[in-house]
Amino acid sequence: MIPEDRWLLPEGIEEILPPAAHRLEWLRRKLLDLYQSWGYELVIPPLIEFLDSLLTGAGDDLELQTFKLTDQLSGRMMGVRADMTPQVARIDAHLLKRTGPARLCYMGTVLRTRADGFGGSRSPYQAGVELYGHRGHESDLEVLTLMLETLQVAGVSEVHLDLGHVTIFHELIRQAGLDREREGILFDALQRKALPEIHAHLAEWALPVSYTNLFLTLAELNGGPEVLDDANMQLAAGGAEICSALATLRQLVEALRQRWPGLPVHIDLAELRGYHYHTGVLFSAYVPGQGQAVAQGGRYDEIGQVFGRARPATGFSTDLATLLLLGSTPKVAESGIYAPPAGDAALEEQVAILRRQGVRVIRALPGAEVEPRTLRCDRMLAQRQGEWQVVPLANSV
Amino acid sequence: MTVHLTIALSKGRIFQETLPLLAAAGIVPADDPETSRKLILDTNQSDVKLVIIRATDVPIYVQHGAADLGVAGKDVLLEHGGEGLYEPLDLRIARCRLMVAGDPNHQPRLSRPRIATKYINTTRRWFADQGRQVEVIKLYGSMELAPLVGLADYIVDVVDTGNTLKANGLAPLEHIADISSRLIINKAAMKMKHARIKAIMKQMATVIDA
Repeated sequence: MIPEDRWLLPEGIEEILPPAAHRLEWLRRKLLDLYQSWGYELVIPPLIEFLDSLLTGAGDDLELQTFKLTDQLSGRMMGVRADMTPQVARIDAHLLKRTGPARLCYMGTVLRTRADGFGGSRSPYQAGVELYGHRGHESDLEVLTLMLETLQVAGVSEVHLDLGHVTIFHELIRQAGLDREREGILFDALQRKALPEIHAHLAEWALPVSYTNLFLTLAELNGGPEVLDDANMQLAAGGAEICSALATLRQLVEALRQRWPGLPVHIDLAELRGYHYHTGVLFSAYVPGQGQAVAQGGRYDEIGQVFGRARPATGFSTDLATLLLLGSTPKVAESGIYAPPAGDAALEEQVAILRRQGVRVIRALPGAEVEPRTLRCDRMLAQRQGEWQVVPLANSV
Repeated sequence: MTVHLTIALSKGRIFQETLPLLAAAGIVPADDPETSRKLILDTNQSDVKLVIIRATDVPIYVQHGAADLGVAGKDVLLEHGGEGLYEPLDLRIARCRLMVAGDPNHQPRLSRPRIATKYINTTRRWFADQGRQVEVIKLYGSMELAPLVGLADYIVDVVDTGNTLKANGLAPLEHIADISSRLIINKAAMKMKHARIKAIMKQMATVIDA
């Protein structure tokens, strides 16, 4: 190992340096205030817990993404959280046991075995909210609105919203009576909108023509909100569940149009991200120049069941480091006061007063005086007629 | 609002055979990549650019959104895995087959046959699906040489006419997949630029060979 190597961090593991770290903290505080003002209570789940509870109900994707180790005290496997959502669900189901709706928010670092996005971070700074105990589209809308406001606070502009609903595919699979293996094959092909493959598989399985057409239609039902009109006509044969899913999407689109008139909304009825735990509406935010979603969420009503208490749930999460990169948060103030090292009582008092006012005061250290501007100071404390006064730097020396 | 589009293509056969499809969508490149040294080609439409890259890099550019659209062979997509991409349109160009090939009379010396290929993921998957254990050797070209000099027992490669195989005393043995080129689309681009992209898809579809 050459000396330089020792300073290298593992791939995808990042540290956040000044001034970005300060901006991240600024954003974190702003968002906590925002969620607080909507009645979302902060929870701080542990960094690490037993694998069983960490992965419960979350599907294989999360298992692959989780770093694992053996607990020397209990001999059981532990995992470092790769996603905080299941932890928060466990907290809601087991610890809080509220009867009515519960609103929770969380922020913290998660660790992933593989980077899943471009830019390749394996240690995103996850932030999100979850709303438990309500089944209607109103709670989806609340969470969706908070997601858009989060992006707004972070100064992320030109947001595009993508809406989907997993129930439609789920219902079609159930009605067509496809087994798990075929469901998996079709799911994989739909995720890639690989129409030629979908066509070939359906022909090979000799499904009734009506289902073949429904699946092919589904793969093409994407575009502006007008897609919902097409869907109403073409999927009407799919039954009540599908009609109610479409109605939910329509209500969301309508509400969004009023609240965020300029927001481009894209509908994709074959979007199935997180299909294994989502049970309803899906939403993601995209911005130009970014090949992946910057924030995403949806409904996952069943997840509490494995903790002994099924509760309707909806939520979203995002990565603050990504938002910081894409957004425009205020720069760290380029101001401060440089104060002499040791001094009389009057100087000490003056420094204390200034700091209480929120002014940045940096004390010089004896024998290590530096040019104040390198510390981003624009003023200094100097003695004038026996009084300590704040004076511009130019007057110094 | 103008919507800028970047389309990733590879030189050679795919580029040549994609030209008529692009023309159907009203897109004509301003330069010929065979003679131009430019890596980004302008087109007759000021908001559409072409990037000319290696075939195996096309899905990577599109996955990460460095290009919105691309044309990639199904062989390359199988190997890449298709993450972050849509591949809705079979362009039915650059057609060939992905095959296991070798000397039909050859008896592998080891219980694990060695397979030379540049498609290592696809090869592993193909043999694993059949419960066959193999050693995969990654090569970047001239696969046919590997069995001749004893580097590998078989090869996995795309076969067009089969003439190169025949000239080297090899024959196609197993058919893995039919290959043709697909239009691939970045997922985020599809969601943000759907009107423009869907129009292009529709126009291309009108001239695809049945």
